[in-house]
Amino acid sequence: MSEFHPFLKSLIGEAGLSGHEESIKRLVELRWAPLVDEVHYSRLGSLHSLKRGGGNPPRPSVMIASHMDAIGLMVSRVVGEFLSITEIGSIDPRILPGTPVLVLASKGADKIPGIITLPPEDLLFSEIGEGAAGSEYLIVDVGLTEREVSRRIQVGDLVSFNTPPVDLPGGCLSGHSLDNRASIAALTVCLEELQSVQHVCDVWAVATVQEETTMGGAASSAFHLHPTLAVVVDMSYGQGAGTGGRSTFPIGGGPTLGIGGSIHPFLHQRFTEVAHRSGIPVVNEAMPAASLTDADVIQLSAEGVPTMVIGIPLRYMHTPVEVVALRDIQLAGRLLSEFVLSLEADFPDRIVWE
Amino acid sequence: MTNMLDIGRAQVQLLEKLCNTVGVSGDEAEVRQIVLDEVKSFADEIRLDAMGSVLVRKKGRSRNPMRVQLDAHMDEVGFMIVHEDGEGFYQFERIGSIDGRLWPGKQVQVGRSHQVGVIGVKPPHLTAEEEIKQVIPEATLLVDLGPQGKAQVGERGTFVSNFRRAGPSIISKAIDDRIGVAILIELLKHAPTHIELCLSFRLQEEIGLRGAKTAAHYFNPELAIALDATPARDLPDYAGRENTTYNTRLGLGPAIYISNSTAFDDPRLIRFLERTAIQAGIPYQFRQPGRGGTNAGAIQQSQAGVPVISVSVPHRYPHSPASIVRVADWKHTLNLLYLALKNLNRRVIDA
Repeated sequence: MSEFHPFLKSLIGEAGLSGHEESIKRLVELRWAPLVDEVHYSRLGSLHSLKRGGGNPPRPSVMIASHMDAIGLMVSRVVGEFLSITEIGSIDPRILPGTPVLVLASKGADKIPGIITLPPEDLLFSEIGEGAAGSEYLIVDVGLTEREVSRRIQVGDLVSFNTPPVDLPGGCLSGHSLDNRASIAALTVCLEELQSVQHVCDVWAVATVQEETTMGGAASSAFHLHPTLAVVVDMSYGQGAGTGGRSTFPIGGGPTLGIGGSIHPFLHQRFTEVAHRSGIPVVNEAMPAASLTDADVIQLSAEGVPTMVIGIPLRYMHTPVEVVALRDIQLAGRLLSEFVLSLEADFPDRIVWE
Repeated sequence: MTNMLDIGRAQVQLLEKLCNTVGVSGDEAEVRQIVLDEVKSFADEIRLDAMGSVLVRKKGRSRNPMRVQLDAHMDEVGFMIVHEDGEGFYQFERIGSIDGRLWPGKQVQVGRSHQVGVIGVKPPHLTAEEEIKQVIPEATLLVDLGPQGKAQVGERGTFVSNFRRAGPSIISKAIDDRIGVAILIELLKHAPTHIELCLSFRLQEEIGLRGAKTAAHYFNPELAIALDATPARDLPDYAGRENTTYNTRLGLGPAIYISNSTAFDDPRLIRFLERTAIQAGIPYQFRQPGRGGTNAGAIQQSQAGVPVISVSVPHRYPHSPASIVRVADWKHTLNLLYLALKNLNRRVIDA
């Protein structure tokens, strides 16, 4: 069931921070290319992979999109042998002290291990003291001398989490950047499921860039590909330590189906039917306003695109110790492929408002 | 420099092995086993005391050899599992002094099987802006071992090791005091013949300097050296003021103590170590006097009293998932003690 497991582990072993997805996109392309008919990159670097349908042209098309970028940090200042950092994407700075990181030094293209540290309280502003410190107070130490640091590291170099992936009992994987590499794995499952079956419409599997920062990747790809409809797969908030029941979902219980402003009711209904028919457990996820996923911008592309959001529950999102259940990834991938198979040649005409 | 000991691949491998153990105060068995394996072919006598400390004696070959005790602690800070909440979630309580701000977002390992788990927090998306300015209460944190992960109440755990070489440095948890343990083992392997070398690998240092007193009572040494790792707080000040509370600095060699919260170090031994370092061209520094304790205090007041001094390897970010130590500081500390033992005679403390 978990053929995607080693692939996912390799995905979270690469940085691919938002706006700097070079390393990760090559891994995805390598895996997807044999599963599709055509591969190219958008002007902003998103990966577009086309699996042609069997219907008569012009065929309707489905865009299945997941972002491949990750949150992280960037060197904002070099002070002697120490580095100051700033955030790329949304991070709770209270998880940073003591975290192992990798400085991606642009000068020598080398990866320098280090740790984030909270300076002793008497070296901070007194209002911090023993309180919670913002990332501007934190320091990265790479264990090198001042001379080596100034020779090898400069402002703007990326800093990625360096927590190694670890399997947890109960079919779970923990590590950083599972948001949203777990969804990339789900898209991979979908493409593999589609190998042995006939589907009518064209499928664009898209790994977008810059979701965690600008959402520019998804917006430009939707414009470029002009799909009939789009399904975004992203992570949902998983129930875990420190996370109350509100707006969270148990891991291992199946994917979530979004309901809200970014979701076309036809698509939600179709997904519900497909899940029921295929015996895939799903749960509705309320997204009353924006979905905070790529769907929010894809929906507004060109004259508008009907969109849907599928969520995979993830514990401790945006920390170096995210936890996902492999079963949820598998189920999300299958749900996607069953959905694609369910689409008839005339389905664009069925996407109507009551 | 001739006659100096080196830190080679074997020494680094031993330190890594020591750092990778889970040896939290109160259950140091894993470290103890490594120590026993390492010392057995060099020791004349090996004894476990009532608390579980390893006491090692190597007799001198000269007549009436001087009895010297070297001391390091095997334990490290960590936590104990105190309650099972079900579905792989466990409550824990810290053991030793750990800044509670270090737990969130970390990988940890539990028990002798080194079962890996995580201490997670809710996502920033669900966290109010005001909340981010408050420290996450330690009591709300849980160890997550995965839905089918199992641990026993009472099992101890700590951060995953994170051991790695980084240029001139080593990054790892538990540098304090596995580096002291590694140095003692190396000194045993190169013990001078005119000394009766008494080594105490002690436990429960991190929970109140327990364990030191009994070892000194057993050996009744003529003098003792406590070997530990001491914080280097040599970071830049946020506001650009001078950092006057650095304690020690990385890269400046072994830190010789003058006083700490438990003892005044013996002035004769301070001068002797200083002389030894200068003559051999070994860099050294004095640790800023004041707060922080070692086992020296307990040893000093054993039996009729023991002249004692503390020497420490400077390391940054003590009691954290990843401390940093310079290999050169390790080597210089080893050699300072190696030469001190070689040059030592009773005149040093008779003076």
